[in-house]
Amino acid sequence: MDIRLTVNGTEHALSVDVRTTLLDALRERLELTGTKKGCDLGQCGACTVLMDGRRVLACFTLAVAAEGAAITTIEGLAGDDEPLHPMQQAFLENDAYQCGYCTPGQIMSAIACVQEGYAETDEQIREYMSGNLCRCAAYPKIVAAIRQARPLLENR
Amino acid sequence: MRPFDYEPAGGTEAALAASARHAAPDAPPPQYLAGGTNLLDLMKIGVMHPPALINIGALRGAHGGIEADASGLRLGALAHMAEAAEHPAILSDYPAIAQSLQQAANQQLRNMATLAGNVLQRTRCNYFRDPSWDACNKRRPGSGCAAKEGVNRLLAVLGVSEACIASYPGDFANVLAAFGAEVGLASPEGGSRRIPFEDLHRLPGDTPQIETNLRPGELITDFHVPAGPWTGRSLYLKVRDRASFAFAVASAVVALDLAGGTVREARIGLGGLAAKPWRSHEAEAALRGRRLDESTAQEAAEAAFAGAVTHGENDFKPELGRRTLVRALLEAAEMEV
Repeated sequence: MDIRLTVNGTEHALSVDVRTTLLDALRERLELTGTKKGCDLGQCGACTVLMDGRRVLACFTLAVAAEGAAITTIEGLAGDDEPLHPMQQAFLENDAYQCGYCTPGQIMSAIACVQEGYAETDEQIREYMSGNLCRCAAYPKIVAAIRQARPLLENR
Repeated sequence: MRPFDYEPAGGTEAALAASARHAAPDAPPPQYLAGGTNLLDLMKIGVMHPPALINIGALRGAHGGIEADASGLRLGALAHMAEAAEHPAILSDYPAIAQSLQQAANQQLRNMATLAGNVLQRTRCNYFRDPSWDACNKRRPGSGCAAKEGVNRLLAVLGVSEACIASYPGDFANVLAAFGAEVGLASPEGGSRRIPFEDLHRLPGDTPQIETNLRPGELITDFHVPAGPWTGRSLYLKVRDRASFAFAVASAVVALDLAGGTVREARIGLGGLAAKPWRSHEAEAALRGRRLDESTAQEAAEAAFAGAVTHGENDFKPELGRRTLVRALLEAAEMEV
């Protein structure tokens, strides 16, 4: 099936098997491998992207059903010559990862968490980030990074 | 995932027509695709293999709204869980509904999943979800039930049958059942009908593979929750194995209309414990006209679980369910409304 996907502001035309998930289309067809495949079953959050500004799981989204939406991945947060997005910078400064595999999903989810207004307290951050697992258990530092980035995002 | 035909529907009529067109006598039925969070999961793990998916995302304009008025609350079938969980009128006047949604899944899934899809989610019974097990009457009718003598800690104790002890895993649907909601349905034959929410899901009986009373191709358009003096004093108490992003081991919906300390009307539902979304008319009757205290709450809880049947690993669930209900009742009585 021929579709058009708008990713990070760029429209791409591609032909896909209807079974292709948005996750596989991003990684295998558009070579945007920042979005990670963890469980591929909606349980880990590694594939979190923004669709029209809302965080969703790319592994449970068919590419054919993503037509018409504005999709933002980790690659779309800051250009090559631009400073990092404040949430990326906060993860860096707080050392909010060990292996880093879940980090793109954590960052996309964290940005949405702040924008939704659910980053007011540590308890709220933990609740609203519960869809993003980190098997290195960097959770305390992830919470700290979100707490640090929150005012910067609110003023953006 | 097995191949399927994919058809995006521009509107309700087109969706119903597409469903009828893709239906075949000897094949599994075509499926409507909304959030896809349960359907694609089950397709990926090889439990469901529909011949066609009809994308009904475009129907959100017609069936995605949420409105509250004096008659009650109308919830569009395609409203996202997150939208309903955050709706000001639901938060203030139907707190149990907001809580049941907020405590379910996680924010990414709540942003994707629709209310109707949430209601229709299928059991988390491991034997149903793992096709390498032969015996599952729900997945392969007549094959038996491996769960009865297997891993059944999370499975049902109310409404079960010899054929199936799978639990209904959702949260929100238990509130719809307890609140006496109604479901709006549109049919491929044309026309529409409304049924009590309690009649949407079926008990497993001898046919656990037939989970609802939906007719072929029928599409849920909305839910209507009638207003009542109990909806404001309501809560959803969910007991889980971890603090967030987990299915209920036991949960209770409680809504109370109190006069002084006496119960004029109670609405009570249970989750994680039953074969379908559960309203306990027995517990409600045990409280009606009586003072609510620890002792009457305990009597109501005894009534709710009088018919419980357990299978080993889940022997603890009637007691956990009773304690969950007692706590919910006493907390609801203390609410400031």
